[in-house]
Amino acid sequence: MAQSFDRQKAKPHIAEEWVGKIVTLLCIALLIITIFSIVYFVASKGLSTFFKNNVNPIDLLTGLKWSPEGEPPFFGALPFIFGSFSTSILAALIAAPLGFCASVFMVEISPKFGRRYLQPVIELLAGIPSVVYGFVGLSVIVPFFRDVFPGQGIGIAAGALVLSIMILPTITTIATDALAALPKGLKEGSYALGSTRWQTIYRIVLPTTLPSLMTGIVLGIARAFGEALAVQMVIGNAPHIPRSLFESASTLTSAITLSMGNTAMGSLANNALWSLALILMLMTFVFVFIVRFLEGRSKL
Amino acid sequence: MNSIIEINDLDLFYGDFHALKHVNMEIPEKAITAFIGPSGCGKSTLLRTFNRMNDMIAGTRIEGKVEIAGTDIYSNEVDVETLRKRVGMVFQQPNPFPKSIYDNVAYGPRLHGISDRKKLDEIVETSLRSAALWNEVKDHLKRSAYSISGGQQQRLCIARALAVEPDILLMDEATSALDPISTLKIEELAQELKDRYTIVMVTHNMHQAARVSQQTVFFLNGEVVEYSETEQLFSNPTDQRTEDYISGRFG
Repeated sequence: MAQSFDRQKAKPHIAEEWVGKIVTLLCIALLIITIFSIVYFVASKGLSTFFKNNVNPIDLLTGLKWSPEGEPPFFGALPFIFGSFSTSILAALIAAPLGFCASVFMVEISPKFGRRYLQPVIELLAGIPSVVYGFVGLSVIVPFFRDVFPGQGIGIAAGALVLSIMILPTITTIATDALAALPKGLKEGSYALGSTRWQTIYRIVLPTTLPSLMTGIVLGIARAFGEALAVQMVIGNAPHIPRSLFESASTLTSAITLSMGNTAMGSLANNALWSLALILMLMTFVFVFIVRFLEGRSKL
Repeated sequence: MNSIIEINDLDLFYGDFHALKHVNMEIPEKAITAFIGPSGCGKSTLLRTFNRMNDMIAGTRIEGKVEIAGTDIYSNEVDVETLRKRVGMVFQQPNPFPKSIYDNVAYGPRLHGISDRKKLDEIVETSLRSAALWNEVKDHLKRSAYSISGGQQQRLCIARALAVEPDILLMDEATSALDPISTLKIEELAQELKDRYTIVMVTHNMHQAARVSQQTVFFLNGEVVEYSETEQLFSNPTDQRTEDYISGRFG
């Protein structure tokens, strides 16, 4: 056996190794640089409101009046923060039961029909452009609310309803995967003790998959939180906290998209919008951390 | 000995596959009956007809009769949940629920409507004692069932099955995932339990069948080849195929 393991003879391999390493490294570096530049850019712009223009961050977070062009200007973003949270959470409250029921149906009750027809239809919802959702919301939901409830129809309720349909695929897909991944032995064990199908669903399936279901909800909220266009079309965009769900309101995203074209880069009003963007970004981080935490707990 | 399960001309199909062929058998009360045979011979399938777990597999069709204590369990009047309460089952892999030890044992009684705390405490203790697990876990009943060893988990699953007061206990290769010491404990436990319960166990381990059972049934390709008292079957089999199998010529 005169086989040698000299480095010299393995040269073609070494070339392949290095090409792979360098390409991967460059791609990763590009990604990391992009992410950090975005964070840095948003943070520096958003924080300059406080450092350069001496706006008190507490005032920004708790102030009720928003008029950046006014004399004197006011930078109270609480109505937007309130609008963003209330629409997203309300949307999740509407979508979560629908999504859970759909996934229970697809996994536990009728896997054949559910997987073949219901799942593609729900996943289709994820592909519809948000402007279409907004348009439908404006033409169907808003007039309906106007007729049924006091108010103009636009507002948090309309925004939340549109968002709930938009985040339904996220919640349903994650819930379906979680239910399908449940070890078969657990369900069998429950049935073997004389449990009915729904007893098993209530007592074993849902409690065991709860962390994953919560992950779906949080990801849904995160998506709703960041959605701008569809919400902006149906929420009314009045910069104050509404007294009812059917009164005009605003979200962080809709405030930014509405005013960004009208402010000059570097001006106080522009910096204030960047502060709103910074809040949005930080909230997204919080959502990601919550999801990570929940995923850690879902391991049996 | 009285028989508690009577099988008459049972045929079972999974779609086109003829999994059990003309099975006729009686299983005696308060004794251990072991099903042996190579994998895929139908022994687990037959075991799962006794608590109708095969119902959940789409495309399963049954012909013939399975009677438990005189009742045809495939007739329309039979309530499957009540049947499964009377015919408990322990699986190949220990499958405790992701709950506390206490809640695992109390799961069955709670399903069937017992919510009184004192009553539940009593059932949990009796069941754990019957499963020879009480002394090992009595001080941490609130701990997760995943915190105990695999062998303890399997005894917990036995306790969980006993908690609904079954008449029959089905053990589907209940020791095949366990180490030899845990296996021995489960075998000893089965010996104790047979005075109060009818036990039917599927095992791919002939020595286990010889050690613990009073009756042994040998399966091959969906057929019952031979069925007799354990001692008789192992020392003096009447069928050539049985002899080939127990002497290790195939399987």
